[in-house]
Amino acid sequence: MTTTSEVAVESQVEDLTEKGSWFAAAGKMARRQPVGVAGLSVVLLMIFAAIFAPYLTPYHPEYNSFADMLTPPNGDFLLGTDQFGRDILTRIIYGARTALVVGFAAASIGATLGLVLGVGSAYFGGLFDLIFQRVMDVFMAFPLIILALAVVSTLGTGTENVIIAITIPFVPQCARVVRSNALAIREIPYVDAARALGFGHARIILRHMAPNVMAPFLIMFTAFVGQAILLEASLSYLGMGVQEPTPAWGLMLQGGAEEYAESAPWVAIWPGVAISLAVFGFNLFGDAVRDTLDPRLRSR
Amino acid sequence: MSKYILKRVLLMIPTLIGAGVLVFFLLRLIPGDVCELRFAGTGLYVDQEQIDICRSNLGIDRPIFIQFIDFIVGFFTFNLGDSMWTGQPIVHEIGLRFQLSLQVAIMATVVAVIIAIPLGAISALKQDTWLDYAVRTFSIAGIAIPSFWLGIMIILGLLIMTQAITGVPWMPPIDYKPIWVDPMYNLSQLIWPAVATGYRYSAVATRMTRSALLEVMREDYIRTARAKGMVERIVINRHALKNAMLPVVTIIGIEFAFLMGGLVVTEQVFNLNGLGKLFVESVTQNDYALTQALVMMVVLIFVMTNFFIDLCYAWLDPRIRYS
Repeated sequence: MTTTSEVAVESQVEDLTEKGSWFAAAGKMARRQPVGVAGLSVVLLMIFAAIFAPYLTPYHPEYNSFADMLTPPNGDFLLGTDQFGRDILTRIIYGARTALVVGFAAASIGATLGLVLGVGSAYFGGLFDLIFQRVMDVFMAFPLIILALAVVSTLGTGTENVIIAITIPFVPQCARVVRSNALAIREIPYVDAARALGFGHARIILRHMAPNVMAPFLIMFTAFVGQAILLEASLSYLGMGVQEPTPAWGLMLQGGAEEYAESAPWVAIWPGVAISLAVFGFNLFGDAVRDTLDPRLRSR
Repeated sequence: MSKYILKRVLLMIPTLIGAGVLVFFLLRLIPGDVCELRFAGTGLYVDQEQIDICRSNLGIDRPIFIQFIDFIVGFFTFNLGDSMWTGQPIVHEIGLRFQLSLQVAIMATVVAVIIAIPLGAISALKQDTWLDYAVRTFSIAGIAIPSFWLGIMIILGLLIMTQAITGVPWMPPIDYKPIWVDPMYNLSQLIWPAVATGYRYSAVATRMTRSALLEVMREDYIRTARAKGMVERIVINRHALKNAMLPVVTIIGIEFAFLMGGLVVTEQVFNLNGLGKLFVESVTQNDYALTQALVMMVVLIFVMTNFFIDLCYAWLDPRIRYS
């Protein structure tokens, strides 16, 4: 008896996440959101560059060539070289790897933790919810960069620690949005039904409630990737992020870029263009995702 | 109303204590302490005894719980103590930089408002025209362009422009003079960081103005105002914009609070000696007392700003007071 009703409840949930509807939604989005598709192509271009980096450029990103120091853009070095004679285009292409790894890792960990905590907080309610909200308030009261800097100085620099430092401020942001959506979901009878069937808390939170707050989750996720790329660039620029000789866009703007701004402007210009374009792409795509998924905005 | 205010004030206390706990223990997790760092800097051989004396002078050899109580009590009695690195009173260290950071934050907010409100309004009123798309692209670009890179580009542009016009490259001055001492000099230094951060912060406010105005323009009272033959300009200025401003003011308020401590990167680009730079220095020097004071100040400004925003809301909308 239990098993049949269990199946009935679960099939309802699965209907919402069926693959066919996702493809249909994607197709609809492409027709309705040309700007979002433009953003998506920037994202795809970046992923392509990151994967095929060694085939796109003849140079090695960490190879110093003192004979070619600060060469202006020419046929050999399309965007010129930096103060160590490294090809800037090569470092930008390889830098896409760092940006994407940090961006996706921080966004997915942060948004997922936020999802689970936000839904959990709404589901349990009461004292747990109250305490949880106060803790989130504390984290939200710090400017992003201050919190990230404090974490980096505790853990040390380097890619993994930068990811952790960027993830921490994301969790409360996502949890807060997810929680307010989950509060409405908790009142829908199927949650009570699931509880009456004797399902565990974890199962109700993860399999019954979480799939129904996917829209705000995806909106937060796409917004986070762009933010994470920007925050990583800021930390690296301050020397508190990814360390040399790893190619990272923010790092390329540190030191040499300002020092040689006048005599070698290409060192300062191109990595910034790469950061801006990447974040711009993710933001355009994120906006389109939000417009498609958020029913309140759909009519506009 | 007084009951509501009391409730909001009481809610601020756990946030402040929580922030205190967070920063206090996070700092103690950083390897090494200010005494080890100070002696490491001299490069000379030091024996353990000297480090111990330094620690006991600063009181960081006491049990961690006692130190924590000391810090929280000090914060709520406004007794911040001395910087562990320079030995100067913290009030003095912060006072030196507060002026500069406050001025940049105010100027950046002004820049953001000047950009955001007209652009957001145009974008909403000309929805789905090329003008709307242009404004939206401009504002998404504002979020995407890192303000430190924009800062570098501004400096670079200034160098090239002045070189071309006067023949002598000019850069914004580095040493700070208060605005009442030398206004021109002061503005020529601080207008650039204000523009670089102001543009970034205008982006969010522009989008907020646009969506709030779009919502208001569909209200019945706008139709009524038009129906009674009111001039469109007055409908927009007096009826629509005024009502759309509430969420925009909220966003601007919160951003202003974050600007006070969050200008770390911009200060680095323009070589400004502000609170953000002080924060980075104090963290790298393991100056517990100063870092704690700075973080608590930023959090306090944020919490107070939120408090005033909530008060405004409650004052404007009685439903909030009674819920």
